[in-house]
Amino acid sequence: MAPAVRPGRVEDLLREAAPRALAALVRRFGDFADADDAVQEAMIEAARQWPAEGPPENPTGWLVHVASRRMTDRARSEAARRAREQAVAAEPVPPLPPLPAAEPGDDTLLLMFMCCHPALSPASAVALTLRAVGGLTTAEIATAFLVPEATMAQRISRAKKTVQESPEPFRMPAASERAERLRAVLRAIYLIFNEGYAASAGADLARVDLSAEAIRLARIVRLALPREPETAGLLALMLLTDARRPARTGERGELVPLEEQDRELWDRQLIEEGRTILATALARGAVGEYQLQAAIAAEHAKARRAEETDWREILALYGLLEKVAPSPPVALNRAIAAAMAEGPEAGLAQLAELGEELEGNHRLHSARAHLLERTGDVDGAVREYERAAALTRSLPERDYLTKRAARLRRG
Amino acid sequence: MKFMLLQSYGGVPEGVPPMSEWTPEEIEAHIDFQKDLNAELRERGELVEAQALTAPQLAKFVVSDGSGAPLVTDGPFPESKELLAGYRMIDVDSPERAIEIAARGSAAPGPGGRPIKQTIEVREVMGAIEH
Repeated sequence: MAPAVRPGRVEDLLREAAPRALAALVRRFGDFADADDAVQEAMIEAARQWPAEGPPENPTGWLVHVASRRMTDRARSEAARRAREQAVAAEPVPPLPPLPAAEPGDDTLLLMFMCCHPALSPASAVALTLRAVGGLTTAEIATAFLVPEATMAQRISRAKKTVQESPEPFRMPAASERAERLRAVLRAIYLIFNEGYAASAGADLARVDLSAEAIRLARIVRLALPREPETAGLLALMLLTDARRPARTGERGELVPLEEQDRELWDRQLIEEGRTILATALARGAVGEYQLQAAIAAEHAKARRAEETDWREILALYGLLEKVAPSPPVALNRAIAAAMAEGPEAGLAQLAELGEELEGNHRLHSARAHLLERTGDVDGAVREYERAAALTRSLPERDYLTKRAARLRRG
Repeated sequence: MKFMLLQSYGGVPEGVPPMSEWTPEEIEAHIDFQKDLNAELRERGELVEAQALTAPQLAKFVVSDGSGAPLVTDGPFPESKELLAGYRMIDVDSPERAIEIAARGSAAPGPGGRPIKQTIEVREVMGAIEH
């Protein structure tokens, strides 16, 4: 018998409905961990029933209904067990005060804030976010991070436990904490994006597209917080970066550096969208690190050929970025921009100052190699390319650096 | 039955220069060969996992007596040839098939397109229950 629903439809419906159902249950019962378990069970039930019988009119309502029943059943049997043990009358399931009424987008924020709890490691926050807000199954998240499903299930359940046992349980953070928590949310989304972007070079088609997932999450957060410029900045940054994806790997999955990419392959639609979002955010006047990084990506996108890149503008943007969010990688990129704007010697001089902080970091050696190559110091460049190749943790990058050294050695 | 096919930095005959002395085309051909072999094994439903490990420069040796701070030794190591460079885990129907795949990997092209005759260590993975 042919299935009543086209393949993939149920997954799509679930991905959208599950986070809403979870938020509704968290509001009703107050317990994130139990609500999450119940929604997972309801999703398994849905994945069994919906393909054959057709999805319900209201998928979110269906999930809420099934999951609530499970939660109530569990609470009852728990109460009954306690009653048997303590020989006291079974207490009724205590009604919990509902959370404040939802405004549009509030549900997503509530879940996002809960998942990016300060007690959690970034990896745990990411896993929890993908499941609770992204609506991905544990199996999908496990595949995306190349770990066994049981391992990922355990990581998620331990994360929930960590939060439950922390002094600050799952709840909407107080207004005073929200700015900090939002930063954690944006960081988690950017981590998801970068994981996907790095993996896309591996061309492993079986994996969930984490970059697309991160962009989707950022869109949801932006809907909930339309006036928050850094959320828009992050979304713009990811769109502008993702636009280069078709050009950043060759036919065999090999890395193609920015200056050698075929810019005709860049996705103009994503670039346009990213630039529009960025312009609106910048107009609000509260500049932040994501907006600045997006502005740099937009500068690259503007240049139809690598030689047309306005490196002076990019150098100025990196200067601002270093004031707003100083870090060794930013200083490194600023040195590269200086080399492009003012010549390789200027860049090498700046790299020399960074040496200590970044010694042993493959990016430092790779940048030095590129600049030495431009000054004509072949031996120095080969040495630095080989050093970078030995230190990188990315296979496509190692292949690229090894070949680059071989090409130079041949002269 | 599952097998690990292990590849260390040594295990190539005398006279085969290290990759840092190959031409870019030779390096490219070698990388493509490995990718093609993985794709073929995946296509046949035999590949469990294929991984390359980071360079020996990043290796660490850890020894602990279970109480005090562990003894951590950083590279570079004089015997880096013994270090693992990468592995494939395969799930195949017979030991013969595992040998066949190992032989393919051993003959990966090197300088001049000639097979490098890399030694591949073939180890069957223990199962939970004998069958």
